[in-house]
Amino acid sequence: MKYPADPLLTGDIDLTVVLIVIGKTIVTFALLLVAVMLYIWFMRKVIADMQNRIGPATAGPFGVLQSVADGVKLFFKEQSMPTSADRRVFLIAPYLSILPAFLAFSIVPIGGEVSIAGHQTYLQLAELPIGVLWLLAMSGLGLYGVMLAGWSSGSKYPLLGSVRASAQLLSYEAAFGLAVVGVLIQSGTLSTRGIVDGQAWTGNWIDGIRAWYFLPAIVAFVIFLIAAIAETNHPPFDLVEAEQELVGGFHTEYTGIRFAIFFLAEFMNVITMSAIAVTLFLGGPAGPGLGFLATDGTVNVWLMPVFWFMLKLLVLLYCTVWLRATLPRLRYDQLMDLGWKYMIEIAFLWIMVSGLVVIAREEDWNLWIVVPAAAVGAAAVYGVLYASMPKRHELVEEIK
Amino acid sequence: MTVETALFFIGAALALGGALGVVLARNPVHSALLLVVTLVAVALFFLLLDAQLVAAVQVIVYAGAIVVLFLFVIMLLGVDREESLHDPVPFQRPAALALGAVLLVEIFVLAGRTWATGASSTRGSIDGQVGGEDLGNVERVARVLFTDFLWAFELTAALLVIAVVGAVVLARRSGQQAELDAADQEIGRQIAEAELEEYEAESPTGVGS
Repeated sequence: MKYPADPLLTGDIDLTVVLIVIGKTIVTFALLLVAVMLYIWFMRKVIADMQNRIGPATAGPFGVLQSVADGVKLFFKEQSMPTSADRRVFLIAPYLSILPAFLAFSIVPIGGEVSIAGHQTYLQLAELPIGVLWLLAMSGLGLYGVMLAGWSSGSKYPLLGSVRASAQLLSYEAAFGLAVVGVLIQSGTLSTRGIVDGQAWTGNWIDGIRAWYFLPAIVAFVIFLIAAIAETNHPPFDLVEAEQELVGGFHTEYTGIRFAIFFLAEFMNVITMSAIAVTLFLGGPAGPGLGFLATDGTVNVWLMPVFWFMLKLLVLLYCTVWLRATLPRLRYDQLMDLGWKYMIEIAFLWIMVSGLVVIAREEDWNLWIVVPAAAVGAAAVYGVLYASMPKRHELVEEIK
Repeated sequence: MTVETALFFIGAALALGGALGVVLARNPVHSALLLVVTLVAVALFFLLLDAQLVAAVQVIVYAGAIVVLFLFVIMLLGVDREESLHDPVPFQRPAALALGAVLLVEIFVLAGRTWATGASSTRGSIDGQVGGEDLGNVERVARVLFTDFLWAFELTAALLVIAVVGAVVLARRSGQQAELDAADQEIGRQIAEAELEEYEAESPTGVGS
């Protein structure tokens, strides 16, 4: 099924429509910047609490303006560049890293369908027919910022950071994409709006939450979360900038505002990935409206979906901070083992299982017969493959 | 001028500029970056032709994976030095120019003619009605891929897997090679130790004091 495009863009394009699109772009960008600022403050406060400290407390109420103060300081700091640096690439790298971070967020549905200046439109920047593929494309392009920053610095530690970054992100992109397929099997569409509509609120709590894809795609959900954390270079997967091993990794040679842009991009990626996880698995803006107000009133159409979206986003963001405060960094071999030997295989297996269940439901097959039959068939195929493969001790013999 | 025409010319300028840059840049990393510019510009052309799926795949596969692997290898092997323009094969450049000219003529001759490529759009538009259903181009590509061309699709997948397995088998070191490598490493270690001793003897304070 083709999912209908944004009603704003299906009719005639006049000046109002163009202005609405520009307005949406500016609001989304501003929203992300403010969200990053608040997220950094939130992160520092929560980690401080977990470590029995106070955390930022001086700038503004509860230290909420600390990130603004840091930003202003970094903006006016002197910027340096190593003489061995590749000048043009060095200057362009921070922007290559922040642009995809912002563009990836543009497909996230923040609210429902609203009316602005007489035009119906979705509360999201872009509703694309390729939907989730856009996210994969942007996370692929986002890698260039980190890679080129490390390479163009012209010194050893940043280069090591870059090489790690490219190997890590390529490894986890596969598991990440396969986890997304777990959702697509359930939704039947790539469009983010379509995915969110498939999980729409049905009126009561039990059915409403059961409609979210994290239950029918629970394994894909777990793999998605792990792969998303690895894709954003978030601890415990922050080998790219491991300060005990690589000084600062890819951003060692960066100072001032360029350094700040890298961190802006990194935290923006964390927020975008959490928002995508909310969209794909937790129903996006789905949630109950306020029963005592009219269902088509301003509060229920505009505010409540945004409220539910933000609430779910906040829960996931809290989890990322929690990980940052508690988990030690993985070793490089553990990172590669986890990605290649476990996550990709489990994700493939899950695609087969959920594909089977979805087809069996559509065709009215008896699940009690189909699932064991498929399991026996898979075990037989695996047995043949296993029997025909050389064993580990034989390989060791041969190499000796 | 419509928006489509303007976008086409922007995309054409980017694609051609990037392609020229790939050839003319002397640093391999710059070449790889300009290749990304060209690939993204080609994705823009696919978008203008309403082929959103192909555009997305173009960016994900080529820009997101293949050029990243190029860069990975360039960085890992440390071959990111500027190339020398000295040409060991003397007749290579005139031959390249002649073949390039032939290709250009071919493109101009073939453009707009269908006898070489078959009638255009024999399978219909990639967006629109199929059997009473309104399908987007993602759905249509999926349907064709998993019905009419299922065999070709599955065989291509098998071919790729075989290629990967073959690469692993070729890269796996045989027993003899492993012994040679171990001997190589031992010699390297001895040289390094000798150099270190020499260095310590030369410097009055010794290393690390």
